[in-house]
Amino acid sequence: MSTINIEVDGQTLEANPGQMLIEVTDQAGIHIPRFCYHPKLSIAANCRMCLVDVEKAPKPLPACATPVNDGMVVRTQSERARSAQNGTMEFLLINHPLDCPICDQGGECPLQDQSIEYGANASRYHENKRQVKNDDIGPLIATWMTRCIQCTRCVRFSEEIAGVMELGMVGRGEHSMIKTHPDGEATPDQVGAALCSSVNSEVSGNVIELCPVGALTARPSKYAARVWEMQNHAQISPHDCVGANLNVQTLRGEIIRAMVRENHQVNGYWLADRDRYGYESVYADTRLKRPMIKDQSGWREVGWETALRHAAAGLNTVKQRDGATKMGALANPSRTVEELFLLQKLMRVLGSDNVDHRLRQDDFRDDLLAPLYPGSELEIIQFESLDRVLLLGSNIRKEQPLLGVALRQAAVNNAASISAINMLDYDFHFPLANTHIVSPGDMVTSLANVAVAVSGITGVSLDADIQKRATDTNAQEQAIAASLLSGDAKNKAIIMGASALNHFEASALSAISAWICEQIGAKLVKLPEANSAGAWLAGCVPHRAEHGKEVAKTGLNAKAMLAKPLSAYLLYDLEPGLDASRSGEALSSLETADFVVQCAAFVSDEAMNYADVLLPIAHYTENSGTYINCEGRVQASRAAADPFGEARPGWKVLRVLGNYLELEGFDYIDLADVQDDYVLGDEQIVSQSGASVNDSPVKIDSKAIYRYVETPMYRLDASLRHAAALQQTMDTPTPAVGLNEKTLVGLGLAAGAEVSVRQGEIELKLLLELDNRLPDNQAFIPAGYAETSSLSGYEPITLEAG
Amino acid sequence: MLNPDSLKQIELEAQKYPEDKRASVIMAALSIAQEEKGFLNNSLIDYVAGVVGVPPMRAFEVATFYSMYAHQPCGETQIKVCTNISCQLRGSDKIVERLEKRLGVKLGEVTPDGKIGLKEVECLGACVGAPMLQLNKDYIENLTPEKIDEMLDQLAGVGA
Repeated sequence: MSTINIEVDGQTLEANPGQMLIEVTDQAGIHIPRFCYHPKLSIAANCRMCLVDVEKAPKPLPACATPVNDGMVVRTQSERARSAQNGTMEFLLINHPLDCPICDQGGECPLQDQSIEYGANASRYHENKRQVKNDDIGPLIATWMTRCIQCTRCVRFSEEIAGVMELGMVGRGEHSMIKTHPDGEATPDQVGAALCSSVNSEVSGNVIELCPVGALTARPSKYAARVWEMQNHAQISPHDCVGANLNVQTLRGEIIRAMVRENHQVNGYWLADRDRYGYESVYADTRLKRPMIKDQSGWREVGWETALRHAAAGLNTVKQRDGATKMGALANPSRTVEELFLLQKLMRVLGSDNVDHRLRQDDFRDDLLAPLYPGSELEIIQFESLDRVLLLGSNIRKEQPLLGVALRQAAVNNAASISAINMLDYDFHFPLANTHIVSPGDMVTSLANVAVAVSGITGVSLDADIQKRATDTNAQEQAIAASLLSGDAKNKAIIMGASALNHFEASALSAISAWICEQIGAKLVKLPEANSAGAWLAGCVPHRAEHGKEVAKTGLNAKAMLAKPLSAYLLYDLEPGLDASRSGEALSSLETADFVVQCAAFVSDEAMNYADVLLPIAHYTENSGTYINCEGRVQASRAAADPFGEARPGWKVLRVLGNYLELEGFDYIDLADVQDDYVLGDEQIVSQSGASVNDSPVKIDSKAIYRYVETPMYRLDASLRHAAALQQTMDTPTPAVGLNEKTLVGLGLAAGAEVSVRQGEIELKLLLELDNRLPDNQAFIPAGYAETSSLSGYEPITLEAG
Repeated sequence: MLNPDSLKQIELEAQKYPEDKRASVIMAALSIAQEEKGFLNNSLIDYVAGVVGVPPMRAFEVATFYSMYAHQPCGETQIKVCTNISCQLRGSDKIVERLEKRLGVKLGEVTPDGKIGLKEVECLGACVGAPMLQLNKDYIENLTPEKIDEMLDQLAGVGA
């Protein structure tokens, strides 16, 4: 495509035909004022602030909605342009309150900034200003709707990017207001907490930054600080495998809020709500402030030296008595590479390879065949250009919100054909070509059937192991294969989400996926939680040391470590009762163990039962270190504040614990020293194929009711569980038992009533809910809650009324 | 929520637009729904959005934008009287005065028995016969206060 030339303010600029004027001037660094235009949103041209003077046009034109033409002559500063811009500003300010001194947006407000350049120094408007009442649209976003200038950025974001139109412009003319859907029969002029629905999107917080005025601001940090008094600290969000870039902002050393740091290779302009509001737990009342030890008289706070000495002595005692292999270390995968590296080093120098971070994983059979780390063969920026996708056990929207947003773009802009084989019929924000909902026991069969169909269509002979697992291919499986192979699509992927990776036959799923990928020319994308890639590369797995180095003897994986009690555990920022999928087993093993050291940022009720030493470590926002995302991108995060109370950065705690244990190689002076101890580049993922389909399938009793387990997105790690606002959202439901209608009727139970859930000797009472997203005989009981922590994994349960 | 006739009408309307431009059907669908139910409450708007296949919020925006959509019961019989410039010059004030007096309600209100709704509207494009009003679907033009009496008497006759 040949380019054309336009002239703006006397400068000749090159442009592509069809580009909007504002894109061209933005690239050239020529400033045109604007409110409603945003490069990632559709063009509304409703604020009229970007009016410019185009030669031969009868009136000023909006630069955001004016396509460039060859030879176009534009003036952005001529009298006609300036008077149009000044006029627009005067109109916008007519109804905008003059409350900048108390407005949270003050100091970072496009309206405030541009009114200095384009506004008059006094208003000619003396009548009453318009007032709009505020709605309560949820715990994350504060509203002050009188300030709204109706740019509709938030509306377009919710519809186009977040994918659920939760906000809209209601009414007309002076009466138009941005609102959520009214609850019940409330009319638009009635407002208040009870009368409108909340904004529930997992990426809703972005409207705060899109809002060019103070109408939508961050609710948890409302009135906490003025923008110009805060300092930015470049951080990486640890909550998913995207590694979104953000700025954590502090006022006099105290963390106030988090905002996006644009990185167009990773998160673009957006953050998930988890990235944005996770910081809030940093000053939760539940922070562990001082080291504590438990002795005959119970728990007491002690100094660091006493605590570390106590921890070292305890670990040494167990080592001498039972041997190092009776000790194990478990880590939270959302911690930094440095901490995870030191933790595994500490264990391995002590003489134990029992170190792992995969507490929700169930199948470890392909560990030795696994690539350097589980990750994505696709780069994050390639997600938007996918055209054939199979989601396998993935609720991408809630597990990796920003990748969900990207995949939605692929579906909407690229007409990608997306299919899903899932165990729960998730509510996606993009259309699915095929939805195949199967029970966990049928996952492998279904995928094998798709492989059979692929081989049928392509004529490639099927792998014998896969053939063994296949049955009769049904219409849906055939359609999925056909969809993956249809047209001359080039960008294909099979995306394995949390419930596939944590499946009890994950290795088989992984191997069959790899086989299909190879046949159809697709990329295999594994999306593990948090900094899992970093944990693998740090050596925080039982079968490999840092950077995939072989170890002499493979240690116990997380499941094995918790299935039968070891003598001593070192827990790193973990509450296995909430973080392990086999949480019941985990708790009983930990309670049986002689000695448990817990490094934690929060006081946890369960740890008070089983731990012997609590060592307070920095919250992730107070921590410096490295994260590696699913595409292998190595990103550095800098501490935003000093650790709270007597907490210390995790690497220091591990280093000094190493010293007290008199281990060699723990003489680091600073974090760079730790980093020098292992080598990281931008990590390339090696091919993920090669794993074999294990032919000893797990036996499922087809008549029994099984407990299906997943962890809600804001219950995934301690720093989220203690973040107050996120806990009030719809994505943190009260734990209950979900059954589909058929199963419910079959059991003769009624939704809304309490049921007793029995698994072996464990019995607990939960509310019963109708959940038709589930296949038959599956009882959805979420993990991540104290109420359900006594249960373990995907096992048969019995349900009884009352 | 809507009867099969209305649903069929909506489907006919939908055929006028490209398949990927379903939002275009919202206006017609809301009108059809209002025709059947008398007014649009929130659950009806949501239902229409579902029928059309657009987000409920999108239909809600449309329903609150246009003044032709009623959100409260507006009377079994609706009198929409024009008060724009042509009608005003030809004496619409007197027409409104007579209507209000006879019905005992103000513009924008419904008679207590819920039978007749009186509404002020903008120009209905019948300036040639100003002053005018719209009685349900019919235009009545060249109004005089006497003609209003006649019209209301007739209405009362029908009602009785």
